Amino acid sequence: MSVLKRLTEPKSLDSMSPLGAVLVYGGLILWSMVVLFPLYWIAITSLKLPIHVSAGPVYLPFVDFLPDLHAWRYIFVDLGNDTLRPYLNSIVVALVSTALAMLIGSMAAYSLSRLEFAPRLASILLFLLLGAVMIVAVAGFGVPWWIAAVVALALFLLLARAAGRTMRASLGNGDILFWIISQRILPPVVAALPIYVMFQTVGLLDTRTALIATYTTVNLPIVVWLMYDFFVTIPKDLEESASLDGASRFAIFFGIVLPLARPGLVATGLLVLILAWNEYLLALFLSSANAQTMPVLVAAQNATRGPQWWYMSVLILLMILPVIFLTLLLQRFIAKGMLLGAVKG
Amino acid sequence: MAVTSAAHVTAAPPERESLNDWLDRQAGRLFILPAVILILGFSIFPLIASAYLALSRFKLAPGGYTLTFIGWFNFKKMLTGSQQFHLLGTFGAITLLGWVIMLATVALVVWGVVRYARSGRVTVVGSIGRLITIATALALSVLFAVNLGEGGQLGTIATTMFYVAGGVAVQFALGLGLALLCAKPIRGRSFFRVLFFVPLMVTPVGIAYTFRMLADTAVGPFAPLWHWLGYAQTSWSADAWTARFVVLIGDSWQWIPFIFIVLLAAIESQPRDEVEAAQLDGASGWQIFRDITWPSIAPVAATVVLIRAIEAFKIIDLPNVLTNGGPGIATESLTLHAFIEWRALNLGGSAAVAYILLFLSTIACVSFFNFVVKPMREARA
Repeated sequence: MSVLKRLTEPKSLDSMSPLGAVLVYGGLILWSMVVLFPLYWIAITSLKLPIHVSAGPVYLPFVDFLPDLHAWRYIFVDLGNDTLRPYLNSIVVALVSTALAMLIGSMAAYSLSRLEFAPRLASILLFLLLGAVMIVAVAGFGVPWWIAAVVALALFLLLARAAGRTMRASLGNGDILFWIISQRILPPVVAALPIYVMFQTVGLLDTRTALIATYTTVNLPIVVWLMYDFFVTIPKDLEESASLDGASRFAIFFGIVLPLARPGLVATGLLVLILAWNEYLLALFLSSANAQTMPVLVAAQNATRGPQWWYMSVLILLMILPVIFLTLLLQRFIAKGMLLGAVKG
Repeated sequence: MAVTSAAHVTAAPPERESLNDWLDRQAGRLFILPAVILILGFSIFPLIASAYLALSRFKLAPGGYTLTFIGWFNFKKMLTGSQQFHLLGTFGAITLLGWVIMLATVALVVWGVVRYARSGRVTVVGSIGRLITIATALALSVLFAVNLGEGGQLGTIATTMFYVAGGVAVQFALGLGLALLCAKPIRGRSFFRVLFFVPLMVTPVGIAYTFRMLADTAVGPFAPLWHWLGYAQTSWSADAWTARFVVLIGDSWQWIPFIFIVLLAAIESQPRDEVEAAQLDGASGWQIFRDITWPSIAPVAATVVLIRAIEAFKIIDLPNVLTNGGPGIATESLTLHAFIEWRALNLGGSAAVAYILLFLSTIACVSFFNFVVKPMREARA
């Protein structure tokens, strides 16, 4: 056997040739560095004095430069509340909106996976028409919004039956599911402006409530999509026997189905939590001083005195450390959840 | 007799229904109601309102604002008027590259049409859908051709398409490569898997700043390299294409893990026995990939590209923080464009840009789903 052959051919099916192994490990280690180096650079920059940054790059703490906690002190002590408030906002908004999206989304997904719906096409068209008329009336003719809403709702209830009689076509569960998921294609910037005006009208602009309500809606499609796939795989026998024993649907859902779906809930919840935690565009529109979240605070660091890398690095670390910790803790679940959505589509 | 007695029981006048029973009977509807109300309130209703906004002029007035209906004016201004350079870019004389792009698109369209006509399943709806896709594809290819021509410049539409197409291509190639590496029988597999997953979780805004630091030619970590190459005084952010590529690199660093993790799981669930049989027969790695691995992961691959593309159309964080959309408008995405118009209190223009993005991303994503994802799934099934 020649040397070349020994180098390029595997010994058995489940192993690699020596040359192949070198290439594979080389590629993996190279990419590990690509992943780790930016994170390493933020970590050491947060420990640098301004002089260590502006005089050109230094790489190794204790060797090239003496680490200093001045940036951490500035962010936590000098700025104090200006850092803590956005941090608290981010935590509250991310947690509450995730909990709400999970609850509302799983309920809808469960309902879609177990019951047949047949909404009349006519009612939907009527609803959209009345919605458009209402917006024109409010925006174009200055009708107070609550009068327009009440009139539109009354007209809808009156006309829905008549419209249903003339046009009998109706949609099915698949259409509802597709409609909910397709909301994800909608770029948030399209909805951001009217949402801004809406919250301004009711005086909720720049509050956590506004952000929570918006994030819940934005993340709802993901929850419905992933949880629907999950509920479909849960056998129905258990629920049927509980139903025969006289348990209500609420009891069945909260007592039997949700506990069974725990792996799916963890995966989906973590994904949604991270999306809410990192969200930037809507926070930019809907919050200013009071309800500002961390991504907006970090983005606003592009200070007039020029970028202060050391402070920014601390803020970025504050944002990514909890998430990375959570990821390491639960990464098996997230991968599974993402696969669920991607594979079943 | 049991049957008749049962019928008798049900025929008896029902007891007055309690609230609990009513709630239980309506549970299915009640379960889905909150989701529908939320989506109607924060998604459909704003969508309609945005359409009205896009067709009107917004003006601040004492004690509030006024909205004047002006029809298509906002769109006209951007498509043919004074704001054309912003949305569509500057048109230059078409060069060879432009002709290649247009010819390639036309060839692709002709190939698709011929295949469709021969399939024997031509329908009215299908034809209309294909016409919309073809019109959009041709319009975009002409736009790219004139933008890339001599004296031309990319507008926000072309820039966004560059982020979507370029980003998805780079991320898919590298994500697939990494997944193939990680699927090999190696030690420390779960370690690499967790490590490679991390960038996906990092705040995009944070990534933007980090890459600004890393790409700094004067004080960044690679400064000595730039110095040695003689680029120490040049800034990447002053040149349109290098700025766009830095945005693309930051975006890819974040999203490669997503494609990697999904494709890895798909590769691991490919038919093992077929792979082993092929190995015994002495098939090369490339043959195994082409004949076994790729066909089995293709549907998942198409879906993951679709999901990535949907999110890629919404890009704003990176260009906004990395380059502030600059130099000029070189790195501005459509979402950032809409945000900048909004900040300038041109709410009508902002809504119009947002709507153009909505049309573009919907047509692109629905076309991709119908003409790539669906056939791949059907081929597998």
